[in-house]
Amino acid sequence: MNLVLHVWRQPGPAAKGSLVRYDVQDVSPDMSFLEMLDVLNERLMQRGEAPIAFDHDCREGICGACSLMINGVAHGPNRGTATCQLHLRSFRDGDHINVEPWRARAFPVIRDLVVNRSALDRVIAAGGYISAPTGCAPDGNAILIPKDVVDTAMDAAQCIGCGACVAACPNGSASLFTGAKIAHLGLLPQGQPERLDRARRMVRQMDIEGFGHCTLYGECQEACPKEISIDTITRMNRDFLRASLVAGRGATARSD
Amino acid sequence: MELKSGIPTGPLELKWDKHRFEMKLVNPANKRKYTIIVVGSGLAGASAAASLSELGYNVKCFCFQDSPRRAHSIAAQGGINAAKNYRNDGDSIYRLFYDTVKGGDFRAREANVYRLAQISVEIIDQCVAQGVPFAREYGGLLANRSFGGAQVSRTFYARGQTGQQLLLGAYQALEKEIARGGVTMYPRTEMLDLVVIDGRARGIVTRDMVTGAIEAHVADAIVLGTGGYGNVFYLSTNAKGSNVTAIWRAHKRGAAFANPCYTQIHPTCIPVSGEYQSKLTLMSESLRNDGRVWVPKQPGDSRRPDQIPEAERDYYLERRYPSFGNLAPRDIASRAAKAVCDEGRGVGPGGLGVYLDFADAIRRLGAETIRERYGNLFEMYQRITDEDPYRMPMRIFPAVHYTMGGLWVDYNLMSTIPGLHVIGEANFSDHGANRLGASALMQGLADGYFVLPNTISDYLASARLEKVDADHPEFRRVTGEAAVRTRRFLEIKGTRTVDSFHRELGRIMWDKCGMARNAAGLREALERIPALREAFWRTVNVPGSDAELNQALERAGRVADFLELGELMCRDALHREESCGGHFREEHQTEDGEARRNDEEFAYVAAWEYTGLERPPQLHREPLEFEYVHLAQRSYK
Repeated sequence: MNLVLHVWRQPGPAAKGSLVRYDVQDVSPDMSFLEMLDVLNERLMQRGEAPIAFDHDCREGICGACSLMINGVAHGPNRGTATCQLHLRSFRDGDHINVEPWRARAFPVIRDLVVNRSALDRVIAAGGYISAPTGCAPDGNAILIPKDVVDTAMDAAQCIGCGACVAACPNGSASLFTGAKIAHLGLLPQGQPERLDRARRMVRQMDIEGFGHCTLYGECQEACPKEISIDTITRMNRDFLRASLVAGRGATARSD
Repeated sequence: MELKSGIPTGPLELKWDKHRFEMKLVNPANKRKYTIIVVGSGLAGASAAASLSELGYNVKCFCFQDSPRRAHSIAAQGGINAAKNYRNDGDSIYRLFYDTVKGGDFRAREANVYRLAQISVEIIDQCVAQGVPFAREYGGLLANRSFGGAQVSRTFYARGQTGQQLLLGAYQALEKEIARGGVTMYPRTEMLDLVVIDGRARGIVTRDMVTGAIEAHVADAIVLGTGGYGNVFYLSTNAKGSNVTAIWRAHKRGAAFANPCYTQIHPTCIPVSGEYQSKLTLMSESLRNDGRVWVPKQPGDSRRPDQIPEAERDYYLERRYPSFGNLAPRDIASRAAKAVCDEGRGVGPGGLGVYLDFADAIRRLGAETIRERYGNLFEMYQRITDEDPYRMPMRIFPAVHYTMGGLWVDYNLMSTIPGLHVIGEANFSDHGANRLGASALMQGLADGYFVLPNTISDYLASARLEKVDADHPEFRRVTGEAAVRTRRFLEIKGTRTVDSFHRELGRIMWDKCGMARNAAGLREALERIPALREAFWRTVNVPGSDAELNQALERAGRVADFLELGELMCRDALHREESCGGHFREEHQTEDGEARRNDEEFAYVAAWEYTGLERPPQLHREPLEFEYVHLAQRSYK
């Protein structure tokens, strides 16, 4: 099949970017979208042109590295699918496809389709963990967790940290990402002691990083390749509110 | 070069405890005076970096991805083993040890494997404490399943995303330490070389992959947890970025490379569909718990699977290995698949595939139970192949998955360069010639959380380290060399892309040093690889500059290393005149096509010393002694 791509090219963070047209001929519908970009890059290099920079790694939909805005939709047209698992059979012969990087204030462009998503790491560093230093854990079965509870925690835990939720959100909010971690840890008995402190610190960090506020557009849930529910944001808001109410009682014992 | 394994004396069960007591400690107040570099942030690297920081050391951690959370450990699906015996099915530390030594075809160190089995129990507890949402039973207790090579249910899992959840646990612990200031994280940074001063590893040279800056980092000890080198085959289940560069450059600075030819071929991957294909996708081995593997009895039978009656199907694993059946270990199951395809009974395009059929399980348990157990894997299969595995059997074929070889390490996980420690898949230890399923996660975390943090203090407390800084002449020399090498790629301005060389190398490796090898093929590969390497350095085309994000340049450096490693792998495979685990030499097989080991002559670890470019490496042997598990022909019949 043949496709016409309009790809965002931007040589560096400070450079001006623009969409550049590439006619991609004779590709197979069984190729993944990234394999098609590989083929295009090989052809560009053979012609002496600079290949298109894009992030990718596992190509199994789990590492969260791939990050393309395809026709204005994060990860492209298929529900619950990361770009690396998107195949050309989802497009029609002759289609024009726009390919752009994630766009959000907290995700500066590094080059072409590659953006800097370190802000998400810093949100985790602010409290997205259970403080369990190596070597002091009780037996795994000493902590009983009902199956439905652990299953719900796992639904939230499977976030791949790709940032599609941020890219899809008109406000550039990271609430689905943060909510997913807060829900995962907050549902488990191990996560209770730090629960409110965690919510307060992670939410505050989102503001510091320049993510926008959640106004419940719901675009994040639609774009999420792991179909994480917007309910996790409700959990985050509830925990954050409770944290504000009990401030001063243990929750602020640690320095911010 | 002398290989001192440093295995503690005394009974197997007490070696680790005794050794832990005998090792020197670093006073807590002195720990903050030491800096430790950890390269890699997967299960091994992240768990080590977090644990070392918790102990009080200054840690610098490096990864080439944009975030440590993307390390390839994230892709491991099926599970992690631990000898908890929660199922009351006769499991024990000793049985896990026994299964692992036997599964590795008696080419691993008994003492290391026993320690791994001991620590496995603690790993589960640690991960549960971190909030890893392992699957649970209705009563709230941890659930288990069984995996290839074992007759007990000792595998803990989090849906089909166990590696992801374990890695996120370690990553969160790492981020906690980054926020506390104990770890400085360097994402999008690649290690280019190792700096050795007075015979000790004292630092690394890196390239900032965004700005291109080449920098030196000084430390008191270095830890490499950089994963495996399966991408030497081009097509593999590894992430695209996985590479050999860090351990290969360390090898060239004096670290012995052990058992490079031991490559695990995983039996349940989605078959190759076309020339453009960039990687192979693995389907978790746990599928073999309920899926039955078969091919048509008649060669060339091209009927749809549902039109082939029961009597005309060959459930070859159940037929050949009745007691393990579809749960036969990975090397055995892979070779059996190759054998039926070689007979012309393979299915799908090109005849390179076998069926993994869930029809019986769906009839017995209902589609809902199967969906609950394997739903996400079925979905992934459907997405890639456009076929519905609930209606049609999956088509699977073996693919390169894990490399058991790696840098040689002693019992303390230290390489032949003092101060250079190697953990996880990057070292050669624990799995022998074949790795049992659900053991990679176990080893990565055992090394990172529990072994290395103990053994590294012994090194730091015993070594007398001179103070050095980045202005030391050796640092300046190695940094300069790295810059020159990087620029050299750009100056070739040839006509062939980096990937075209990688694909050609991969084809040679798969054909000649893949699932089956023979002397003639390996000799041919040893002629073709140096010629390909020569062509690479003459005609490769790397566009762009070295002062920017340049993905072609990154790949060029890695492929240059694969072109050297590939030759060593073939050399190692050629010298090992026996079959064992993932190394199957066609000349050495029994009458019914099983691997034939030669314990008389080859019960050793082959550790290769680098002697210079275009010069044959020198072989050193570490004899393996089996005091507890008696050397015997493996049988899964």
